Amino acid sequence: MIIINIEHIAKIYKVGFEEVHALRDVSLKIDKNEYVAIMGPSGSGKSTLMNMLGCLDTPTSGKYEFKGVSVSEMSDNELAKIRNKEIGFVFQTFNLLARSDAVHNVELPLIYAGVPTAERRERAVQALIDVGLKDRLHHKPNELSGGQRQRVAIARALVTNPSIILADEPTGNLDSKTGEEIMALFHEIHEKGNTIILVTHEEYIAEHAARIVRLKDGLIESDERVDKRYLTKIKSTLTK
Amino acid sequence: MRTILFEFKEGMMIALRAIASNKIRAMLTMLGIFIGVTVVVTMSTAIKGIDNSFQQGISSLGSDVLYIDKWAWFSNVEWWKMRNRKNITMEEFEKFKTLAKLPSAVAPVINTVQTIKYLERRVENVFVNGSNTDYVKTTNFTFAEGRFYSEIESNASRQVAVIGSEIAKKLFPNISPIDRTIKIGGENYRVVGVLAEQGSFILGPWNPDNQVYVPIGTIFKNFASNRFRSITINVRASSPAMVEETKAEAEGVMRKVRGLSYDQMNDFSINQQEGLQENYNSVVGVIQIAGLFITGLSLFVGAIGIMNIMFVSVKERTKEIGLRKAIGAKRRTILAQFLLESSMICLVGGFAGLLSAVLLSMLINQFIPTSIQIGSVILGIGISLLTGIISGIAPAYTAAKMDPVEALRYE
Repeated sequence: MIIINIEHIAKIYKVGFEEVHALRDVSLKIDKNEYVAIMGPSGSGKSTLMNMLGCLDTPTSGKYEFKGVSVSEMSDNELAKIRNKEIGFVFQTFNLLARSDAVHNVELPLIYAGVPTAERRERAVQALIDVGLKDRLHHKPNELSGGQRQRVAIARALVTNPSIILADEPTGNLDSKTGEEIMALFHEIHEKGNTIILVTHEEYIAEHAARIVRLKDGLIESDERVDKRYLTKIKSTLTK
Repeated sequence: MRTILFEFKEGMMIALRAIASNKIRAMLTMLGIFIGVTVVVTMSTAIKGIDNSFQQGISSLGSDVLYIDKWAWFSNVEWWKMRNRKNITMEEFEKFKTLAKLPSAVAPVINTVQTIKYLERRVENVFVNGSNTDYVKTTNFTFAEGRFYSEIESNASRQVAVIGSEIAKKLFPNISPIDRTIKIGGENYRVVGVLAEQGSFILGPWNPDNQVYVPIGTIFKNFASNRFRSITINVRASSPAMVEETKAEAEGVMRKVRGLSYDQMNDFSINQQEGLQENYNSVVGVIQIAGLFITGLSLFVGAIGIMNIMFVSVKERTKEIGLRKAIGAKRRTILAQFLLESSMICLVGGFAGLLSAVLLSMLINQFIPTSIQIGSVILGIGISLLTGIISGIAPAYTAAKMDPVEALRYE
């Protein structure tokens, strides 16, 4: 089942009197349970593409179908609904609410979805257990380590059972060891049947994915499946 | 529907947390609303209190009594024209009494300000009214003790006095004043009656409770200078409905007594309690407008302060807004969140203002009887809520229409 179908999308920003072509002509299909890394140097348009995929922004031209529904023409509120139900975001800077504990942070998307209190709480706690934070349910972000914070953010992304997980440089603010742990968690999530889109500029992070899409100057430079060797390598590190 | 409820609850939590984490800032912001609500509620309770006392006081004067006087209480006639008028004399009073058919009672009144003493106790600046026995019929006086002076006492200009309840309280705190001898301006008078409480503090020395009543002849006898002063003729209509007719007749009779021809102006005035009411209303009106102005100003300044702080709050939380939008908060959710926050600040300020208004009213109650009206409480809360919403709209709208991409990128 194709989840994301992008055809010939372009995005033009106006900066003063100048037009910036962030994306020129990008077509991309992402299937269910794919693990895709989007790579590219800064200015390549990968952030713009990610915003587009995450329904945070709409293209200037072209077609974007999410699970067969066109989102290019949607209103702000309709987009908000799609983001809430279908997309789980993981950010480089975690973006947790500083004054709320882990459970409340994870509950947040469920509040906007209108899930009843008891069910909301139960699902949030379960999501935190799934990411290995059983003992940290009522800790506030400043009482958690960087890795733990990112786990809370991942739990928040997973709690709504979204169609895709969109991770923007998820290890960018973590040391390499913690980064590897987070990537292992992503791997696990992928194994459970989730679709993951990872935006990064780190080659070794991208290697965790099964497919790497490289962008350059607003165009797709390459789109390749990764050798299975990497996957077996990761599996072997996980089993250790 | 349920979603809106959850969003509302979440909005409340966010607002409370935001206020709690910026206590001093929130408190300073509330100040304007606090002052505004304090003023509006205190004002309205104080005015209500004054109003009640005034109405009570004025009713003791009787709405059906006319006062024929050399001076007009309230008028546009120049004071020197009134000064040049002839004094109203006892002879004119006698003629008036014979000619006027409509009044139920007519009494001549003259007053002098004196010091009243009983042993070593004294009350200064007391209105001592001289009249005859008909005076009591022009009032609604009731007696706590004793009686009004009799016709014999009046005609014989005896040294007897009826005292008001306040005077009685001050001179005779523990004993009955009846048959005691008081001194009025040095002369001895026997107290024959004490009035029950009649009027209200608001009339001051004009309050019957603060006055003393003696036969008019006694005044002329003891305070000789009063023989050359103008008296007032109190005229009571047979019923409130007859006031206008009685007034018309009184004017005609008085002109006849004075021998005025048709082209001459009245050289006397007929005063009514109504004039007092009008005057009072205009004074209270001014106080109300002043209060409204202070309230309006302080609420306006308060609202600007809140708007300002809400803009700061929106700016500070740009990234949070971005995140909330990314994970599914709609525009209205964000709008409601910030409106709730500004309303909450205002409501807390409003409640604090109400509390201080209650305390202030209790303090004022030592001087004027006040009572907090449920209407003013609702008014106070309503005003603060309204201010909160109005001052929150612009910042909340700014937050609601933020682009999530831009907001998430904000550092």
